[in-house]
Amino acid sequence: MEAATAARRPNWLSALLPLALLGGLIALFVALDAPGLERNGVPVEEIAVERTELHPGEIELTLRNDGPDDVRIVQAIVNDGFAAFDQDDEELGRLDQAKVRIQYPWIEGEAYEIAMLTSTGGTVDTSIDVAAETPDADAGFYGLMGLIGLYVGIIPVAIGMLWLPWMRRLDRRWIQFLLALTVGLLVFLGIDAALEGLELGASGAESLGGGALMWLGAALAYLVLAGVDGLLERRGGGGERVALLVAIGIGLHNMGEGLLIGSAYAIGSLALGAALVVGFAIHNTTEGLAIVAPVADGHPRLRKLALFGLIAGAPAILGAWIGASAFDASLAAFMFGLGVGAIARVVVQIAPQVRDRAGRLLHPLAAGGLAAGLALMYVTGLLISV
Amino acid sequence: MLSRRNFLCRLPLVAGALPAAKAIAAEPQHNGHAGGPAAHLGTVGAVDPAANGFDPQLILRDFDEGVVRGGVREWELVAEEKEIEVAPGVKYAAWVYNGRVPGPTLRAREGERLRIRFVNAANHPHTIHFHGIHTARMDGVPGIGAGNVEPGRETVYEFTAEPFGLHLYHCHSIPLADHIAKGLYGAFVIDPPKDRPPADEMVMVMNGFDTNFDRSNEIYGVNTVAFAYKDKPIRVRRGELVRIYLVNALEFDLMNSFHIHANFFDYYPTGTSLEPTELTDTVIQGQGQRGILELRFPFEGKYMFHAHVSEFAELGWMGFFEVV
Repeated sequence: MEAATAARRPNWLSALLPLALLGGLIALFVALDAPGLERNGVPVEEIAVERTELHPGEIELTLRNDGPDDVRIVQAIVNDGFAAFDQDDEELGRLDQAKVRIQYPWIEGEAYEIAMLTSTGGTVDTSIDVAAETPDADAGFYGLMGLIGLYVGIIPVAIGMLWLPWMRRLDRRWIQFLLALTVGLLVFLGIDAALEGLELGASGAESLGGGALMWLGAALAYLVLAGVDGLLERRGGGGERVALLVAIGIGLHNMGEGLLIGSAYAIGSLALGAALVVGFAIHNTTEGLAIVAPVADGHPRLRKLALFGLIAGAPAILGAWIGASAFDASLAAFMFGLGVGAIARVVVQIAPQVRDRAGRLLHPLAAGGLAAGLALMYVTGLLISV
Repeated sequence: MLSRRNFLCRLPLVAGALPAAKAIAAEPQHNGHAGGPAAHLGTVGAVDPAANGFDPQLILRDFDEGVVRGGVREWELVAEEKEIEVAPGVKYAAWVYNGRVPGPTLRAREGERLRIRFVNAANHPHTIHFHGIHTARMDGVPGIGAGNVEPGRETVYEFTAEPFGLHLYHCHSIPLADHIAKGLYGAFVIDPPKDRPPADEMVMVMNGFDTNFDRSNEIYGVNTVAFAYKDKPIRVRRGELVRIYLVNALEFDLMNSFHIHANFFDYYPTGTSLEPTELTDTVIQGQGQRGILELRFPFEGKYMFHAHVSEFAELGWMGFFEVV
């Protein structure tokens, strides 16, 4: 009887009822201009400077209103002097983004303090540590970023994968050691990316989530990879499946690395020296090892291995492009989170293969491999500082 | 309440004798305007003097001689709170005497009896402390004589104008730096018994505004509005004696200065002597220091004047004389 009554009214209608009620109440509340709630105190002005670009005779800032109230930028001060400027929009509403272009004869290599005065006399402060022209996003620039991505992403990973023939002839116990080493490498990358993401998130607009964006990205990537893994599981492929997931995890991580390199280059704070490229090459070569370790006892086809290498290395190029042309701290935090989640998923995936015959996870060889992986990443990481 | 002062403000307009009054309302610039060379110095846009209720162009030559009643020269000063625009678009919650920053330039002759009725229409205790020679009871500091004048209360300061020279007055309530920085100050001119030579006289009170409350100024100027005399130069006549009453009311900075281009002036520190101490083009003043400048422009043209503390100049304390 009851079931029959319910069937007459579609179930989705009852799901909509609370939503409709909420919508109606919000409309009423707004229409009555928030009855009972009075503004206490002065407007809160919070502006995040999301991007700084330097062009000849011009400093361009991308601002986002990070606070609850509208903000009006009315004057610009550069190094204790008023400067002429223009802007897209005088009034910045909540979460609005706008560009401010300050006409200023800046000098290459010098530092600048910028204060944007708001209509209430408050200041939005930002600084340029070392002034350098922001590169134009032309073909040559994208070519250069591609080259950097190639150097720090694809080539080292491919070289690292050349350890495969050597690994094939190793005793199973030493393969386990290398898998544990891989876990160590990944754990280091994961921690590194998580810290970087949290820092980036904190420097972006707080209202967009701040550091939480990193965790959000991590959870999302973990879930997506878990789903993909479930799909692949049906098609079998053991070691290759794991290798693919490792490649995806490392690829997402390298995209974050490329992002940082690209943005650092764009704001001129990157010394594109040989030392940096060499450092990344050594650091990332170990990533190649991590990809081939799961397939050491199988016979993967060369084409497939090349594909894994590309998946792991190529995102560095994409990251460099994005970082250099449209860097946004909040977006970067999210992307770093993706890398963290992917790595976490891969670690969970590899860990069972490290178990010895007695089923122990942290047997001496595994613990040694793990520690060696962490140490290797730390030491090679010293060669890099963006 | 402000009608008499406003009337005095507008006197030059009525008389039409003073050229600066002619250029009051220039067309405001657009805030979003991109033009101009890369090295353009200055603020973007224009301040609306009507909304402020005072105009640096008029304050410049506005001397308030008060009213003489029964042999006593009298003024009424009212302390209020008022939002003023100190640079285009930048609103500042100022504390003001008679609706303006700086307060009215009070002018008397040495030896005259002066009576100033002070009404506190603001929400904090205030005083008026005059520089000059007078009894302790009339010194306008907390705890002595009338002391702090509470909101809604009033008092009368009475003393004899001495010594002749250029002085200042300001609020002396605690915290002192805040009460001064927010705008409670003005120039106080005591003429010598025998008039100084006739001249085109003007008052320049050097000041600044800490708009974000970090104990340093974001905006500098003379007579409050940043670049007021850059956007509308002060017009003077070639060869005519120009006398500038220069007062430094700047808070938070140790010193201020005045520099004029392509001309030299006679400098009378504190104006207490009729003999100049120096012929120069740059003078430095600490807070509360003041002096009288006299010069004649030998050539026509536009001559820059500014604080030779370059930072102040680029943050608003810069202007032009236009010699015709």
